[in-house]
Amino acid sequence: MKKFLIALLFAPMLALASGGNVHLDKWPGSVSDKAALQNGAKIFVNYCLNCHGASYMRYKNLIDLGLTEQQVKDNLMFTSDKIGGLMAVAARAEEQKQWFGATPPDLTIIARARGEAGNAGAGADWLYTYLRSFYRDENRPTGWNNVVFENVGMPHVLYGLQGQQVLNHETHKLELAVPGELAPAEYDKAVSDLVSFMVWMGEPQQEFRRTLGIFVLAFLALLFVVSYALKKEYWKDIH
Amino acid sequence: MAAGNFEKYKSDGSLGGNLLEWVDARFPATSMWKGHLSEYYAPKNFNFWYFFGSLALLVLVIQIVTGIFLVMHYKPDAALNANGVPVAFASVEYIMRDVPGGWLIRYMHSTGASAFFIVVYMHMFRGLIYGSYRKPRELTWLFGVGIFLVLMGEAFFGYLLPWGQMSYWGAQVIVNLFSAIPIIGNDLSLIIRGDFVVGDATLNRFFSFHVIAFPLVLIGLIAAHVLALHETGSNNPDGIEIKANKDENGIPRDGIPFHPYYTVKDIVGVVVFLMVFSAVLFFAPEGGGYFLETPNFYPADPLKTPPHIAPVWYFTPFYSILRAMVWNFFGLDAKFWGVVAMGASVVIFAFLPWLDRSPVKSIRYRGPITKVMITIFVICFFILGYLGTLSPSPMGELVSQVCTVFYFGFFLGMPWWSRMDKFKPVPDRVTMK
Repeated sequence: MKKFLIALLFAPMLALASGGNVHLDKWPGSVSDKAALQNGAKIFVNYCLNCHGASYMRYKNLIDLGLTEQQVKDNLMFTSDKIGGLMAVAARAEEQKQWFGATPPDLTIIARARGEAGNAGAGADWLYTYLRSFYRDENRPTGWNNVVFENVGMPHVLYGLQGQQVLNHETHKLELAVPGELAPAEYDKAVSDLVSFMVWMGEPQQEFRRTLGIFVLAFLALLFVVSYALKKEYWKDIH
Repeated sequence: MAAGNFEKYKSDGSLGGNLLEWVDARFPATSMWKGHLSEYYAPKNFNFWYFFGSLALLVLVIQIVTGIFLVMHYKPDAALNANGVPVAFASVEYIMRDVPGGWLIRYMHSTGASAFFIVVYMHMFRGLIYGSYRKPRELTWLFGVGIFLVLMGEAFFGYLLPWGQMSYWGAQVIVNLFSAIPIIGNDLSLIIRGDFVVGDATLNRFFSFHVIAFPLVLIGLIAAHVLALHETGSNNPDGIEIKANKDENGIPRDGIPFHPYYTVKDIVGVVVFLMVFSAVLFFAPEGGGYFLETPNFYPADPLKTPPHIAPVWYFTPFYSILRAMVWNFFGLDAKFWGVVAMGASVVIFAFLPWLDRSPVKSIRYRGPITKVMITIFVICFFILGYLGTLSPSPMGELVSQVCTVFYFGFFLGMPWWSRMDKFKPVPDRVTMK
């Protein structure tokens, strides 16, 4: 029964293991959830940063997540002691290329880069699905493969949290073979928080942008009324 | 222009009056103000389509002002920084994150690029349906076609500057097209790139073209466009010459001074435009992945070709025409004929004043043939535009070939179909609809 439920949980994730167009699960998170963003930042600096960089992003911008400068310094800065510094990668690119076959991409704007024409939000869905789609594959040098990104060079760094999935080649579905620290639902939430952080990091001022936009549109609506009345007044004699 | 435009201001004895008289004795301030605004008589029946000229000017100002601020922080440098990212790409993200208000300036500029083409396409469509290109406004139209060509170049050069994957490979594809030209092609594309591949030299010269050369030419052409228009006077939705019917003071009976009537009216248009512009800028600055293409969030990588290289939406109709040419003629490569077709599809607009043989200007007094032809033309333009965003496919190729035939058929057949139509009598005075 439990296995069936787990299979059900992961069922929508997999259409075809081989095709490039894998069905993507909808990212359930939001960039306005500060607790989720803080948790995502924690996971990001612990698991992602320093193989991947976030080299357009400054540590001090993490204060915007509702943290103090001291909290950022104590909890989120492992390789730098300059709060104004960039979240740059510590590993050398050439060495990483030898380890993984390719240099891991910078993740600052990865959520935007993974978007699609006509669906700019697809980047978050892709990340949310990708990070939950690793499975054991002894044919790969890292021992891991991914349904969304076939033969990916990246090992499953979150496997301690998720556990180990295997791909059932008959049903084309992922099954949890070895449980991790987190229950599947907890793991989904952790990944969602991580994706929230990456979406936020792609454009840290995006919430402010939308708020400002409402004020700008409200001002323009007012200006429209005034300018239209002005036009009417001037044009009343033109027939 | 109406009489009295070149009068100088006579001081009423006040300080401001004395100052203006002093200036007018040395510079045509009052006469220019009158000639182009307060005593420039425009037809009183302008409709929705007549907003887009002034809006194009507004977008130009937005692009220039935001561009000035972007240049203060942008660095045209393809070298990799300490984090392995091209300096140019990193400087754009620096503007987006670390420059106060930089994100707003950058989004205004990127949204403005698409807005420019939307507004200009609407402006051109207006000219098409009301016959604004016809005698005596041929030069206004020709300057306009020149503006369109320069604008395309300006957009193309600007698109390389963020130095993302689509910037890089888009430029690579387009510059390579020039190599299809026989004999001089390879040298020509080498001169444009400044290198054997798109690189730092290309980025620097495109930056120079984008911020200096092309804007200068653009402003010159726009000045000529407006001056030529103000010499002949504006056309209108009825396609009637309002100067043919003047009152005893020599003022067209159907004309009203541009200022204040059209200035206050255009302010309404500007506000509505800014609402649409702001809706995109603040709530969907990527324009659904069409204004800012998502692969451009990856830095340029000369070793990794993206699976699908698509130009920005405003070039896609012409890109489809390029791709529609798949045959080798006269021993020349299909690619060459694609370039010829693409070039011709833009330049052919310049010939409109002489292709149109209809006895009336405005679509209002032209018959079903004109309406059907213009409708088919617009539909083909949209289909070509849509197909240009997609990866090549056999079906898409066939449809784009059919649309290309219609596209050119519209222009090349115009001397015949424009005459064959049924025409309605044109009224003597403009109508207010």
